Amino acid sequence: MDDSIDPTTKSGADASARATTRGRATSLAPAVACDAVVIRYGETLAVDRLSFEGHAGQVVALLGPNGAGKTSTVEALEGYRPVTGGSVRVLGLDPRRDHTALVPRIGVMLQRGGVYPMLGPAQVLHLFSRYYDDAEDPDRLIDLVGLTAVRRTPWRRLSGGEQQRLALALALVGRPEVLFLDEPTAGVDPEGRIAVRNIIAGMRDRNTCIILTTHELAEAERLADRVVIIDHGRMLADGTPATLASGAADGAIRFSTEPRIDADALVGTFGAGAVLEEERPGFYRLQPPPGSTTPAVVATLAGWLAERNLALGDLRTGQSLEDAYLAITGSRGAADPAEAQPEAAGSATGRPVRSSRRRRPRGTR
Amino acid sequence: MRALRAQVRAEMTMIFTNGETVFLTLGIPVVFLLFFSAVHVLPTGTKHPVDFLVPGILALAVMSTAMTALSIGTGFERGYGVLKRLGSTPLGRPRLLAAKITAVLAVELVQAAALVGVGYALGWDPGGPGGSGALVGAAVLSMVLGTMAFGGVGLVLAGTLKPLVNLAVVNSLFVVLLLLGGMLIPLGRLPGWLEGVAKVLPSSALADALHGTLGHGTPVGTRDWIVLAAWAVAMPVTAGLTFRWE
Repeated sequence: MDDSIDPTTKSGADASARATTRGRATSLAPAVACDAVVIRYGETLAVDRLSFEGHAGQVVALLGPNGAGKTSTVEALEGYRPVTGGSVRVLGLDPRRDHTALVPRIGVMLQRGGVYPMLGPAQVLHLFSRYYDDAEDPDRLIDLVGLTAVRRTPWRRLSGGEQQRLALALALVGRPEVLFLDEPTAGVDPEGRIAVRNIIAGMRDRNTCIILTTHELAEAERLADRVVIIDHGRMLADGTPATLASGAADGAIRFSTEPRIDADALVGTFGAGAVLEEERPGFYRLQPPPGSTTPAVVATLAGWLAERNLALGDLRTGQSLEDAYLAITGSRGAADPAEAQPEAAGSATGRPVRSSRRRRPRGTR
Repeated sequence: MRALRAQVRAEMTMIFTNGETVFLTLGIPVVFLLFFSAVHVLPTGTKHPVDFLVPGILALAVMSTAMTALSIGTGFERGYGVLKRLGSTPLGRPRLLAAKITAVLAVELVQAAALVGVGYALGWDPGGPGGSGALVGAAVLSMVLGTMAFGGVGLVLAGTLKPLVNLAVVNSLFVVLLLLGGMLIPLGRLPGWLEGVAKVLPSSALADALHGTLGHGTPVGTRDWIVLAAWAVAMPVTAGLTFRWE
């Protein structure tokens, strides 16, 4: 087995930075290509003219709410599901017509199940390794995913996290060129999550194209070179985590301190144009006045809190992928006033707290 | 071949390490043979009940393994997503089915050895020119056809019903085919109309073929061959057309 998938060799560096520096991994021909894909279930349109590509050495995260069409898209790429329109190609092959030629070159991790309940990790991995001409060493994979202590425990007695790790190991056993991972860290403990992330990073460095579907936005931000956000089967956004976050940036500063601070007093220190909103008890979003610089705003904020002997908890000056995701998917919902109303309610207590020197539109939140 | 061998080994491991399956495929037939040989409550029509029971219970064993055990196991594998997962490996469905059939035949071999051994211990005496190669060959061929027929029925159910529904249906079907199959109760004891229905069932054709070849020393009748062959072709084809892998 190539040492590069060993988590001990990986640093888990920020994916955004990597995306700009790791141009060497991608090749011209896409490893995975969806071109105007349409998938219908009877009258229901699950995927609507979706197009994206994934290249060797790239992690592509498919994000979207439940029912967005992620699983249908991935299952079409895996060959499980026919497309109604458009085309899908994996390694240049049609996943259904060329299924026999394709399956030795891909690895699939299902969201749930997929393993004989009475067999343990060692038995299952040794069995699966016999399916491939050039398989990974099953025993080393067991060590890699941290299942050594339960290597003979039947699958049905493994914890949810252990079952996920086994599913990941099964996806890796055939040394795939394209890896499909569905919620790879769901139910996995924090240490396991780090190990899984490092394994994924190691596979990417082996030039594997990884298609990742997840609801863990922080995980996608750490791992993905490219993020595709879809909802109702349609693409809403496509880009690197950094570009998506910067595209949705609103210039606001988010911080936490005690609940119900004197909002008018704080806003008053910034002057006209500042807006403070308590999004939930103790968590605030400060929109500085136009023309102010972030360091100056942070310094003023810190000083104001210090004068009142208030602790400063979380402080964030930029947008995360999660912010971008909520902005992108929220903007679609906001088109419908009935859907937008709960978002506009603001505080988790149902009591919007907002203070401003000059009222202005809330932006994307 | 490496993948097929590994899959056959795994299938057999799962069968022989699963207590329920062992009880179904080995325990029940042997217990039936021991019990009904000792307690003469069945209208077997033979001087020694064991002479009727060994061929009948061999047919029962084929049915329990090829239909009931295969169907329940495959149904739950489908429910657990195992079949879907295997669909994205190089094993492929033809090799998976070949492994399952091979494992079923291997289990039937063990069943036959156990039942024949217990039968001889209980005084079973194959009638007529018993032991002739032609009759044994016909018995084996009828068991292979029975395996295909019952296996097809089991896969039709496993491939279309939810696992728990399949469990209930296939067990119910097992009882019906057992009672109407001439395995424990001779067909002649059934009401005329029911006997007519029973004669076109694979269970009665297999039991009749085995009673003839391993009991009376007579060859398999044309009707039995036709019924067995028809089911052996129709059910696997139906399974191939209707089976849903997830």
